[in-house]
This record gives sequence, C-alpha cells and structure tokens, in this order.
Amino acid sequence: MIKTLQNRFEQGYRTSRYPKEPIQLPERYRGRPQIVPDAPAELAAHCAAACPQEAIDADSKRIDMGRCVFCGTCERLSEGRFVKFTQDFEIATAQKEHLITDGSLPALADHAKQHFKKLFGRSLQLRQVSAAGCNSCEADLNVLATPFFDLARFGINFVASPRHADAIVVTGPISRNMKTALLQTYEAVPAPKAVIAVGSCTLSGGPFRGSPEITEGLDQLLPVDLFIPGCPPHPLTNLHAFLSFFK
Amino acid sequence: MRTDFLEIGNGKAVDRDRIPHLAFDDFRSQAMGIVDGGGKVVQYFAYEDSGGIKLLAVLRTDRLLAAGCDAPEAYPAMSLTSEPFHLFERELAEQFAIRPEGHPWLKMVRYHPNYRGREDVFGNNYTEDIPGNYDYYAVDGEEVHEVAVGPVHAGVIEPGHFRFNCIGERVLHLEIQLGYQHRGVEQLLMNVDARRLPIIAEGIAGDTAVGHGLCYAQAIEALTDTTPDAGARIIRTIGLELERLQNHVGDLGALSGDVAFLPPANYCGRMRGDFLNMSLWLCGNRFGKGLVRPGGVRFPMTDVDRETLAGRLEELKPQVRHTMELLFATPSVRARFEECGAVSTDDAHKLGLVGPAGRACGIAYDARRDFPTEHYAQLIIPENAKSTGDVYARARTRADEVLQSMDMIESLLKDPVQTQCDLPSEFKPMSSAMVVTLNEAWRGEVSHCVLTGADGEIVRYKVKDPSFHNWNGLAMSLRDTGISDFPLNNKSYNLSYCGFDL
Ligand code: SF4
Ligand code: SF4
Repeated sequence: MIKTLQNRFEQGYRTSRYPKEPIQLPERYRGRPQIVPDAPAELAAHCAAACPQEAIDADSKRIDMGRCVFCGTCERLSEGRFVKFTQDFEIATAQKEHLITDGSLPALADHAKQHFKKLFGRSLQLRQVSAAGCNSCEADLNVLATPFFDLARFGINFVASPRHADAIVVTGPISRNMKTALLQTYEAVPAPKAVIAVGSCTLSGGPFRGSPEITEGLDQLLPVDLFIPGCPPHPLTNLHAFLSFFK
Repeated sequence: MRTDFLEIGNGKAVDRDRIPHLAFDDFRSQAMGIVDGGGKVVQYFAYEDSGGIKLLAVLRTDRLLAAGCDAPEAYPAMSLTSEPFHLFERELAEQFAIRPEGHPWLKMVRYHPNYRGREDVFGNNYTEDIPGNYDYYAVDGEEVHEVAVGPVHAGVIEPGHFRFNCIGERVLHLEIQLGYQHRGVEQLLMNVDARRLPIIAEGIAGDTAVGHGLCYAQAIEALTDTTPDAGARIIRTIGLELERLQNHVGDLGALSGDVAFLPPANYCGRMRGDFLNMSLWLCGNRFGKGLVRPGGVRFPMTDVDRETLAGRLEELKPQVRHTMELLFATPSVRARFEECGAVSTDDAHKLGLVGPAGRACGIAYDARRDFPTEHYAQLIIPENAKSTGDVYARARTRADEVLQSMDMIESLLKDPVQTQCDLPSEFKPMSSAMVVTLNEAWRGEVSHCVLTGADGEIVRYKVKDPSFHNWNGLAMSLRDTGISDFPLNNKSYNLSYCGFDL
C-alpha cells in the first residue's frame, strides 16, 4: 500500500492543458510544410525528383500532404530553401484538395460539418479499424487514452462495437484481405456516421502505393469526412482534428 | 557435424558464387542435420534465378551458415521431423508453389496467390478476398465449443483472426490465422525505385521501425562497402534501445491493466510516451522513422541533445524502476502472472522462439550479444534467460531489459558523439552478391536478406520479423489455459501482425 502511494506521489499530475494552452513540439518534429514561394525552379524540381512519395509538384510548388510521409528529404536537400517543416501539428483537413498545399491551410473548424457538431459535439464514440496499418498510426491513436492526452475528458472514446460508434477511424493502406471486414464494420455503424482517415497510407496508399494488394485512398471506397495526414500523425494532430471537427 | 554450408558474417556481403550450391538431397539432409543439432532457421526462402527457382537457407548455430540448391517442385517436408522449418515451408509453398509433401500442417500463411502463377498449393480461390475462408482445425466432442475473434478486434489494434476450441473455460487449442495485413512488402521492395526503400522498410512494422530500418541500412551498406562512422553507430544503438524501452514499458503497463491493477497501467502509458518523445527529439518522429539511413544517421547528437535526453532519462529512470517494483511486488499481479501460459524449453526450441519470448523459456540467444552490429560489441548484454516460460517470465525478462536499456543509453550519452550526417543519396550495390542482416529488436531477431543480380539490381528481398517465429508460441501458451487469460498472454508477447503479414 505504501509503495502504491509513494508511486502515486512520484508520478504527479500529467494531463496536458492543450488545447487551452499551446504545446511546443521539438525542433526536429516535422509538422505543416511551408514552401518558400520564390525558391528557384531547379531546386523545386530537384526536391520533387528526390521525394520518395512523388508528393511534390514542382510546377505549382505544392506538397500533397496526403502522399507525403514527412520524411524530411526535401527539407534536407533544399536546406530549407524550398520546403521548411514547421512545428505546427494542426494539419488535418475536411477536404482532400486542401491537403495539397503551399503551406497555408484553411481553418479546419470552418469546414466542419455543422450537423456533426450538433450530433457529436458532446459525445463522440469512435470505432477504430486498422486495415493493414503498420501499428504506428494505431499506437498514436491509442495513446490518446493515456493520462497526458486523456481523450475521455472531451467526451470522446474508442469503443469496441461499431453499433455503439458514431464514426470509424481508419488506418492503413486497406489491404485486399481487410477490405471486406472494413466495409462490414462501416455498414454496422448506425447512420448518421462520420469517416475519419488517419495517416498517409489511408489517404493515398502511403509507403505501399503501387502494390496490387492495397487500395490507394479510403475515399475510393467510402465518403471520407476528415483527412489526417502524417506517417503517423502526431497524437496532437489527431486530437486537434477531432476537437476542431466535432466540438 | 561437417557440412558444406558456408560460414558468413552478419551484415557482410558475399559473392553469390561462393555460396555452396548443393544437390537438393544434400541440402535437405545437411540443413536438417544442423537444425536437429540445435541450429535455428534465420532465413529459408526461394527466389527466381535465370529462369529457374532456387532455394537459400541461412541457419544459425553459434555461427551463421548459408547454402542453396535448385528448388524441386515438391519434396518430403523437413518439418516432419525438424519442426523449426514448419512455417518457412508453408511460406515457400505459398510464395512459390513448392510443395513440402507430408507437411504436418500445410495451410496458407498470408492468403495471396503464388508469385509464379502456378496452381495454388492450398486450393484457394483468391477472387474471394477473405483469408479466414478456410477449414479451421476443429476439436470434436459434444462439450467442445469454439470462440472466434477478429479480424477486427475490440481495441485499437491490428487485425487477425483467433479461433479457440474450448471445453468450458479451458482452451484445448488456439489457431491463429493472419494475413489480413498483407501489403505485398517483399514484392514492393524488389520493384520500386531505390529512394522508396527506407520508407517501406520503416513501415514493415511501425513499432519496429528502427529494427527494420537498421536491417535495411546495414544490407545496403554491406552491398556498397560503406561503413557508418562510430558516432552514427552509437546513435543507431540508442535508437534501437529507445524502441525497446517504448514497447516494453508500454506492454508492461498493458499487462498490469489486464490484471486490473491500474496504477502501473497508467504510469507506464505515460512513461512510454516520454520514451517516444525522446525519439521525437532525436529525429522528429516518435517511432524513430527517418533516423537511420544507409551510411549513418540523418540527425546529429549535439551536446544540447545529449543533455536533454540524459536529463529526461535521469528523471524517468527512478519512476520506471519504482513502477516495476510496484508491479512485481503486488501479490494479485504475481498470482495472475505466475504459471500462466507456460511454454516448455523443449517446445520453445522446436517453435524457434526468439527475443524475450525465447529468453523467458530459457533460450538465452540475443543477437546483440551473439552477432553484434552497431555499437553492441562494446556493450555488455546480460543473458536474461528465465526458466518458467510463463507470463511472469516474459514480463520479468522485459522488465529486466528495460532497466538494462536505460543503463545502456545513459552510458552512451555520457561522452560527446560526433557523426557526419551528410549521407550519400545514391547507392550502387555490388553485382551478384548476397547479404543477410540480423538485429535484436525488442521482439527479437529481425532479419533481412538481399540478393543482387548482374547489374547490382535487387532480385530478391526477404524480410523476417521475429513475430514470424513467435506467433505459434502464443498459440502454445494458450494450450490448457483459461480463455480469460488470453489477453494477458497476448500482451506478454505483443506480436506484430503486419511484421508477419508483410
Ligand atoms: S517530406 Fe514529404 S514531400 Fe518531402 S521528400 Fe519526404 S515525402 Fe516528399
Ligand atoms: S501512414 Fe505511415 S505510420 Fe501510418 S500506417 Fe502507414 S506507414 Fe504506418
């Protein structure tokens, strides 16, 4: 008993005050990419050619955050003269087109569906489906239940049964072998329901694009309401997306 | 026993011509001889070569041994008497339609058509997209009931199917059917542009991004005769140990949660996050993605980084130690952990268990000690073997490793680390070579094997996650165990679905 109490005191109070107070992520964290508008065309082309994800359009000088895995190759190569990754983690979008960016993103809250806010603003139950996710996306969703993030304080929970859910949260590049189970889970969620796509894989196939075993983008199968980019998205990116879109 | 197998080094490229090409019967009997004498299978796979199909085996005793042969269309299964080949032979049948005759349990591994367009060995129709479409092993009897779980599980977790045959609460047999996560990783690695390779390697199993990333980088380094500097090797070692800490600490918390002792469950969840944030500090990604690349690491360890990480570790260390003490000193925890889901040493050898799961059963093997890479030759890696093979032994092994990893990182952060982060962007691998790399990631031995062709192009990329060995350990743990102890056993292994499914 003494041990239990001693441990409790040693551990202290850990829950973050986000979103009431901002959080600064470390310098090397790669959040929202910021394009340097007057970067030379050759530099842009050079970065585009080196990008493992073909996420850079050199002509329009834009990055597709849906394809990007935030590996930082373009930033290294251009030494920040073409792309610079900011520490801004609030990068989810309500429309797929918004993922293609020069660094400016529309405020997510402005694009949220008002009826979702009304329906789910006070209580949002999520059913997560991993469809060939590598377990980084899953882990950084799961972590929202730990004391630091404490998702439940916002009335948001992950639930076991799709019947109890208001939305499905999909991760992974949707392997052929998981497609049926994913679609059946979606069917089992009562309407009205939201679909949240988490991670580069779910947005575009991610690192596995081009494989005949996967689907390149959940939006090919289901109507996606919320797009959360990253490989994986930082837990705060997920948290921000849930709060801005539904609360 | 004398064999024709060639001794090779971990992460050392060899000319493919030097690998002994044996007659199939000699290959088979020698490989079985080595394994029956206590050897283990690191890799055993097929590949296409000048129109024909060849086999390659990499076995380990206290050395690494390799040999190959022409693949027959069918052959008498080695698994019949030499159990460690069991899953490798099934994989061979699935990937290349080579039939191991008399195999004791010839079922599919990942549910995909074979690479050669041959008739399916398992008689599957792949236009039906459900891998669970299969006659499960069934126990007959009036009182027997079956419990089917998954592929979609109750929590935030990867998919897989578990089929329990039970009498009342008692599990007679658990059959695990995976394959739902299959993304075609090996085929991708053989066919995509080189710049995509590290991204794919780090996504093989995201909780082992550093482990797989290292196996990939070391393979490319061997094939291009590149040696990372000493500083990079230290940073990589720190990266791999941080990965171990993140996962072990998280799982020990989850184990505590599974026996309804909530304080450590919450503390570990938070502390795991702090270890993830140390990786985030180091390379900008909580899972260490982007840290390791062929030639070294992409981020330096400045003095500020060292002090920051050392400071965080200093704060965490007593908290972790005290939480572990609390966990293992609590009688209700001990009562649930002890004698739960035990696997015998003999069974563990036959299954080929690796990592903490193997060590919990008395198999001391640890690639960090036995085939050291990076900075491990300079570190002391304790044996960590336990004898009971139960949940307690697996948890205790992992807790011991947590404490050791913190000491290792602490000692590595003491002195300044210099590294050159300016890495080459293009690599030209040597032609007609083979390399196998092994690293002890948190679940155990990760191994990649790469074969190049006449122009240095990758003609075969074989990946093995430790989960490939260990899933059957979980099935074995459930024999004669109460079904309500499944979550506890499952967490004590916490195996990878996608690492297995590829
Ligand atoms: S950070 Fe994104 S855009 Fe830049 S190279 Fe990597 S994948 Fe491409
Ligand atoms: S997006 Fe990246 S982190 Fe998420 S599942 Fe895919 S590979 Fe893993």
